Amino acid sequence: MPSSEPLLQVRGLQGCYGPVRVLHGVDLDIAAGELVALVGANGAGKTTLLRILSGLHRASAGQIRLDGADIGRLPPHRIVAAGICQVPEGRQVFAPLSVSDNLRLGGYAQRRDPAWLERRLRFVYDLFPILAERHAQLAGTLSGGQQQMLAIGRALLGRPRLLLLDEPSMGLAPLLVEEILRVIGELNRQGVTILLVEQNARAALSIAHRGYVLETGRVALAAPAATLLADEGVKRAYLGY
Amino acid sequence: MWDQILQFLLTGITLGSTYALVALGFAIIYNASDVVNLAQGEFVMLGAMSAIALSAGQGLPLPLAILLAVLLTLVVGLMLQRFAIAPAKGITVVGTIIITIGASIFLRGLALLLWGKDIQALPHFSGETPLRWGDLTLLPQSLWVMGGTALLVLGVQLFFNRTLLGKAILACSCNKTAAQLVGINVGRMLLVAYGLSALLGAMAGVLVTPITYTSYDAGIMLGLKGFAAAVLGGMGNPMGAVAGGLLLGLLESLAAGLISSGYKDAIAFIILLLVLFLRPSGLFGRAVSERV
Ligand SMILES: Nc1ncnc2c1ncn2[C@@H]1O[C@H](COP(=O)(O)OP(=O)(O)OP(=O)(O)O)[C@@H](O)[C@H]1O
Ligand SMILES: [Mg+2]
Repeated sequence: MPSSEPLLQVRGLQGCYGPVRVLHGVDLDIAAGELVALVGANGAGKTTLLRILSGLHRASAGQIRLDGADIGRLPPHRIVAAGICQVPEGRQVFAPLSVSDNLRLGGYAQRRDPAWLERRLRFVYDLFPILAERHAQLAGTLSGGQQQMLAIGRALLGRPRLLLLDEPSMGLAPLLVEEILRVIGELNRQGVTILLVEQNARAALSIAHRGYVLETGRVALAAPAATLLADEGVKRAYLGY
Repeated sequence: MWDQILQFLLTGITLGSTYALVALGFAIIYNASDVVNLAQGEFVMLGAMSAIALSAGQGLPLPLAILLAVLLTLVVGLMLQRFAIAPAKGITVVGTIIITIGASIFLRGLALLLWGKDIQALPHFSGETPLRWGDLTLLPQSLWVMGGTALLVLGVQLFFNRTLLGKAILACSCNKTAAQLVGINVGRMLLVAYGLSALLGAMAGVLVTPITYTSYDAGIMLGLKGFAAAVLGGMGNPMGAVAGGLLLGLLESLAAGLISSGYKDAIAFIILLLVLFLRPSGLFGRAVSERV
């Protein structure tokens, strides 16, 4: 692990919806090149944390630093430009637009670098050949798994220094879950830093370097993924045995 | 008899072209923000009135006056978004619509102060000698209206289908969160939508005013009719709005010709009520249903 400043540093993060606080001071570090899993039960606050990181929701307290720069008050489009791209919960592709339009829009923040976009687009089509095959099809007509690939491809075109994934395996058949997780691991090996949120804790921890366990808005455990996978408490609560 | 009906159809398409452009403006803003911009008719009036003031009043050549009038209206549209709509962030859709009503009253009052109550006309672009085919007659200005509308509709179509900026606006309308997550500045897109709508309204105004004349309060009726046309076409469906506008113009012209011109203005409201009761999604609904 590099000892220098982490790529992402979150300190004392609190998040509220109206008067209800759902994050109670979260600390989280991600070093460049890492794949970090964030697991936790329903309603633990995982999505809220990602929404705050992307600027969709304002933290009520705490600090977010990307490469040392405070990004806690930036609007979402500036955060994307700074290099944090998110694959949101439930995929959220642009249903009435074509697959290739979805990808082009994914590159909106990089629109001034068409040569890079062109290369990256080819990379995404190589990663998910089915998207190349269906490039003219409306995104809303794709299957769930294909929509998830599209959502990931769209985020990759944003040139992420940090890629946030919110439950990419949700609602997918086991075979597809495996495929998606394989791709996520592969992307990380190619150098993309990833924060992977999953309810499917075993699958996420099996490809991650480190993991955080979020319990009702607090970090209950933070440890190397292998340690968490072997932890009796984690096994009972999140791994189902 | 058939000649007469053909004549009504020509008149109807001319009128309908104006409604189509106003309706298109409604659809664009509605798509981008779910807001019905009730100042849309005032854009038409502003374009026309300022073109008249600049040409007849200031003595500028007509093309220059028209260009400046359209730009001026565009700026008013941008300012409406920037200084009246954007600061009210977090307000409900209904609240925003009420702001646009306020803006329409303000713009009407401003026009009254600047230009008075009189009905005013803009010169025809290429003379007033009607073209004739047998018993059919058509003002050259009608050709300007139809041709101008066709070009503008085509331009809007290309903008949304071919440009990244147009697609980004569509993205905001189908999923705002996802649009933000790909780095689109949603507020900026709204600004573009208001600017585009104002531009279309102003163009409608300068094209049709040589035929219909205008006054400080002409925007009320045009706005309501454009709204009826947009609802008829299926709110939020741009090409449906254009079709709705043309259809409304045709129906008005036929009603005026075959029944009585007294009913002309009632048509829009009858249609509005019928659509809202019988088919609230309009004739053409949304272009594509949204799956979440
Ligand atoms: N828009 C909202 N308004 C009010 N409360 C909300 C809102 N969104 C989430 N919450 C609440 O905040 C808490 C955390 O929700 P969040 O969606 O962040 O959890 P999560 O860990 O992502 O859960 P899941 O595994 O179901 O996706 C929950 O108690 C939830 O009910
Ligand atoms: Mg969630």
